Amino acid sequence: MDFLQPATWEEALEAKAAARDAVPIAGGTDVMVGMNFGRLRPSLLLDLTRVPELQQWADDDGAVRLGAGVPYARVISELGDRLPGLAMAARTIGSPQIRNRGTVGGNLATASPAGDAHPALLAADAEVEVASVRGTRRIPVTEFYRGVKRSALADDELIAAVRIVPPRGPQQYSKIGTRNAMVIAVAAFGLALHPDRRAVGTGIGSAAPTPRRAPAAEEFLAGELDGLWDSRAELPAATATRFGEMVAAAAAPIDDVRGTARYRVHALSVMARRALTWAWADYRKGDPTCA
Amino acid sequence: MSTPTRTPSGAPSHLSGAGGRVGDDAARPDGVLKVRGEFAYGSDLWMDDMLWGVTLRSPHPYARIRSIDIGGALAVPGVHAVLTSDDVPGEKVYGLELADQPVLALDVVRYQGEPVALVAADHPDTARRAAARIVVDYDVWEPVTDARVALGHPTWNQLHDAPAEVTELSRESANLHPHGNLVRHLKVRRGDPEPTADVVVVGEYEVGMQDQAFLGPESGLAVPGEDGGVDLYVATQWLHVDQRQICAALGLPPEKVRLTLAGVGGAFGGREDLSMHVHACLLALHTGRPVKMSYNREESFFGHVHRHPATMRYEHGATRDGDLVYVRATIYFDGGAYASSTPAVVGNGGTMGIGPYVVPHVHVDCYGAYTNNPPCGAMRGFGSVQTAFAYESQMDALAAELGMDPVDLRCRNAMEQGSEAITGQVVDSPAPVVELLRRLEAMPLPPEVPTGDDVDLRDMPGGVSNTTHGEGVRRGVGYAVAYKNVAFSEGFDDYSTARVRLEVVGGEAVATVHTAAAEVGQGLVTVEQQIARTELGVDRVTVHPKDTAVGSAGSTSASRQTYVTGGAVKAACEAVRARVLERAQAVVGRPVADLRLDGGKVVSDLEGVALPLADVLGDEVVEETLEWRHRPTEAVDPETGQGFAHVQYAFSAHRAVVDVDTELGLVKVVEMACTQDVGRAINPQAVIGQIQGGTAQGLGLAVMEEILVRDGRVQNPSFTDYLIPTVLDMPPMRVEILEYADPHAPYGLRGVGEAPNISSGPAVLAAIRQATGLPLTRVPVRPEHLTGT
Amino acid sequence: MRLSCTVNGMPQQVDDVWEGESLLYVLRERMGLPGSKNACEQGECGSCTVYLDGVPVCACLVAAGQAQGREVGTVEGLAPAGELHPVQQAFLEAGAVQCGFCTPGLLVATDDLVTRSRAEGRKPADAEIREALAGNLCRCTGYEKILDAVRLAADRMAGDPR
Repeated sequence: MDFLQPATWEEALEAKAAARDAVPIAGGTDVMVGMNFGRLRPSLLLDLTRVPELQQWADDDGAVRLGAGVPYARVISELGDRLPGLAMAARTIGSPQIRNRGTVGGNLATASPAGDAHPALLAADAEVEVASVRGTRRIPVTEFYRGVKRSALADDELIAAVRIVPPRGPQQYSKIGTRNAMVIAVAAFGLALHPDRRAVGTGIGSAAPTPRRAPAAEEFLAGELDGLWDSRAELPAATATRFGEMVAAAAAPIDDVRGTARYRVHALSVMARRALTWAWADYRKGDPTCA
Repeated sequence: MSTPTRTPSGAPSHLSGAGGRVGDDAARPDGVLKVRGEFAYGSDLWMDDMLWGVTLRSPHPYARIRSIDIGGALAVPGVHAVLTSDDVPGEKVYGLELADQPVLALDVVRYQGEPVALVAADHPDTARRAAARIVVDYDVWEPVTDARVALGHPTWNQLHDAPAEVTELSRESANLHPHGNLVRHLKVRRGDPEPTADVVVVGEYEVGMQDQAFLGPESGLAVPGEDGGVDLYVATQWLHVDQRQICAALGLPPEKVRLTLAGVGGAFGGREDLSMHVHACLLALHTGRPVKMSYNREESFFGHVHRHPATMRYEHGATRDGDLVYVRATIYFDGGAYASSTPAVVGNGGTMGIGPYVVPHVHVDCYGAYTNNPPCGAMRGFGSVQTAFAYESQMDALAAELGMDPVDLRCRNAMEQGSEAITGQVVDSPAPVVELLRRLEAMPLPPEVPTGDDVDLRDMPGGVSNTTHGEGVRRGVGYAVAYKNVAFSEGFDDYSTARVRLEVVGGEAVATVHTAAAEVGQGLVTVEQQIARTELGVDRVTVHPKDTAVGSAGSTSASRQTYVTGGAVKAACEAVRARVLERAQAVVGRPVADLRLDGGKVVSDLEGVALPLADVLGDEVVEETLEWRHRPTEAVDPETGQGFAHVQYAFSAHRAVVDVDTELGLVKVVEMACTQDVGRAINPQAVIGQIQGGTAQGLGLAVMEEILVRDGRVQNPSFTDYLIPTVLDMPPMRVEILEYADPHAPYGLRGVGEAPNISSGPAVLAAIRQATGLPLTRVPVRPEHLTGT
Repeated sequence: MRLSCTVNGMPQQVDDVWEGESLLYVLRERMGLPGSKNACEQGECGSCTVYLDGVPVCACLVAAGQAQGREVGTVEGLAPAGELHPVQQAFLEAGAVQCGFCTPGLLVATDDLVTRSRAEGRKPADAEIREALAGNLCRCTGYEKILDAVRLAADRMAGDPR
């Protein structure tokens, strides 16, 4: 096994182009588990922690460009106001030690259906910026997930950043775990209300082969809210319930050691209903971050 | 003899500060080493020229081995040995109570993870890669995975007396062992065999398989000796029972198999059986090099026994006034592939299977069966944890049926001193069951937590995962009480050996305590020092490393070490003291009345004598070694289960307060309160630590901990999916300890460690039941159970 | 490969490190610093918590090479030889140590929490302590005495006489 520690993004891309089976490592929270238990033996380990641009975030053309190597702890402490949904998701991830190392880029690269960041990224219409020696492209996150632990990343590409437009409306994130901390999601749900474009974003985690949105539920809710955005009137309880049901209907979960498919569907309906209730209450209060 | 560069340290007395006698919050002698990271656990042992050993395990729960080809492994550079059962020179099977488990697989593997072959190499990854190149040809059989099916017994039909069909095991391979699939059947028969009652409740209960989940992995270092023997430094619970089994497997006498306790990172029963012990010794003897073995977490799940899953059917009959008339219980423990301590677990499950209550008519059948599931054996609470979920659930169900308060019903039927247990044994020391419950009731309840806009997510079910701000949350309160035998029962010759030395070093009297009693974290080393200080009146007490150079101390299990090894240390100190006092009188030249040892002096207040020990002892070393036994118990009658089975009982009770998100099925335990009679708190701080820790493990089983086994295969062998409580899952705890002396025990003490592990889980279950109104007959409770999904 | 880094303020250099080894393995087996513990090797228990450039991380999830040139702090470096750090002292006094296997990781996590709070001129509240230590599993204590220890250490480090 070789270990390579590129100091620049160009070097990293060249290394990946030269050794397409190289495994990139950043926070190591997935890769090292595979290594420690003998399940992962790459020919080359490509350490991305020395590439400066991956460790930064910046406002860029109306979006936050979040370097793939920024750990969750910084998402929480530095971006809680700009990216509230992602920060809420980040707070549920692993432990403080994990949040100090784990990155959104790593979550995307692993592309596990249970990755905690995905529902928040989906709800916020994030874009994944990937690069290779061939060039850079942006992939809408909805098109990024291609199967269980499979993504749209080509074998010579690396994830450079995630781009998210800071929301003009409230966001919520909920996750079910069977422990009150340090737990993998049994099901997760992300919600973003976009009053500026009168739209709704959703994201479902751990309840289908890939993270996914609930388009019918989004459309339904956007329709229901059509007359309410301006009045900020109370949301009918039946609307929230129906929204929850439609979110749940978008899931395609399985039974596994963490939970049954039936429970996941049920939990999604409850989480989505509650998340909407909270988000709408925030919106009605006219929270400045939601204006 | 060469010794590891990093070996387990003894417990230097200078680290224990000002000391501390019986009844004090004395500091742990190993505490400073532990907080500095210098305490050498089994996995920390190291020698310059050591090799790493790894184990190849069966991927199948049940299969015949056609052949094993080790050629590929031997060819890997860096590999020094590859061993199979052919290389076991002595007895090829071992076991705690029955020798039925192969050291390395013989012709048949009976559980997933059974050791098949060993590799020693110069790097652990080399050893792992080599092991992967061993080719084992298996003829895979269909596993037997249900205890009742294994025994040919009917499986029950939900709450009705209509037995389901009996599954026929007609295949030749259906009997896992030559003597059949029954490990033990314990019967308790008392009173009228066909009793009737005004009110009857019937319930069926299931308890999942719990793991000890000690944090320090199984590990040790075997060092070949120049005499052809071996020195094994190992994290374990009972050095001498290990030694006995290792000697048999290696074909060596005890003097050639010397064990020293390495630092132990928790045990909870999971180290009572052998793990890597014989394997490391075999590799060391074969290679002539020290060999270290240390399991990773995944292997640890396959490397030790677990708590028996149980399936139980209970029928309680009572008068309209709430007096228990009868209890009928049928209890199945799934022992897995090998016996381990299943016979004793069945003994506990049956003889204490209805809880600390007085019942005139009792009919209990308790079975332990072989299956192809992972082997089960000792875990804290040993056979009593499972039944407590059933009998305490029954008491709540009965109270509901009678329209009585559940605590009142328990108090009305509670055991007290002088009561007869269901074995006919008279409880001949305090049994303050009523007081434990009433004290819990009297404690204030925790306040409701803020919800809505003022919510702190960390107070909510689901925590920071943000699943509720109070929606769907309902509070519940539950009570449970339990009892547990202390020390080994049913006629077992249960003793401990202590060697105590008193001498003067540099002008100061120093005592040394040498026992083989395993310190696993519970604080026995502290207790040994406290007893020696109390009995010998000296401050400096050194605890000798735990090894087999002194006689057996018995197991660090069954809440017994403070009682039995404490008793042995006390007795050895008394023998030393008698000799010192005799010598003092010789120095004085006449008999002196009222002599005692205190402050490093021989003192008689009555006669105004105060001789420094230095003057009395001079260069003399006074040493006594003795075996100490608690009063004998007896085997129970095989047909009726009657007899003086247990030497002592420990009693504890819990009140649990929970908030349940009834829509999502998530639970937040808000508070745990515990009352326990400890007889005498030798070290109150350590006693409370045991109660808090035991409470946590019981809570874990109630709401999250289970090894999921499907078709004999473990589904979640990792800390990612086998969840134990975090600090966000444990609530604040109130603990009240009572000290009613047991006149039969040293200092009146009672074993402490297990009882709180038994009563906490049922209290949590009762609280969840109250919050949800659901019957909840299985633990751990999953969100699916609470939401009907 | 060769690995050079600073551990507990001292420069360290080890050779023949296999690229697949974790920082935890290197500390324990190559640098003679077994204080950081190997309880799960998948970031689920916190027993191997060390400082990496001042940030608490699971050493089992850091590839050895990732520590090249970095500063690592382990339990062995919390206090000078022969002394105890206030957090260590508090754990001992509060009875927060039983088997002790989780202790080194908890000490580092606690030190981080208390140090950060102190820098902000305050003491951590209970809920904050729980959230900060949620990545450190303990199987012996039920955590009560660990909380006692953290409160005691925070008081002392804030200068409150206790």
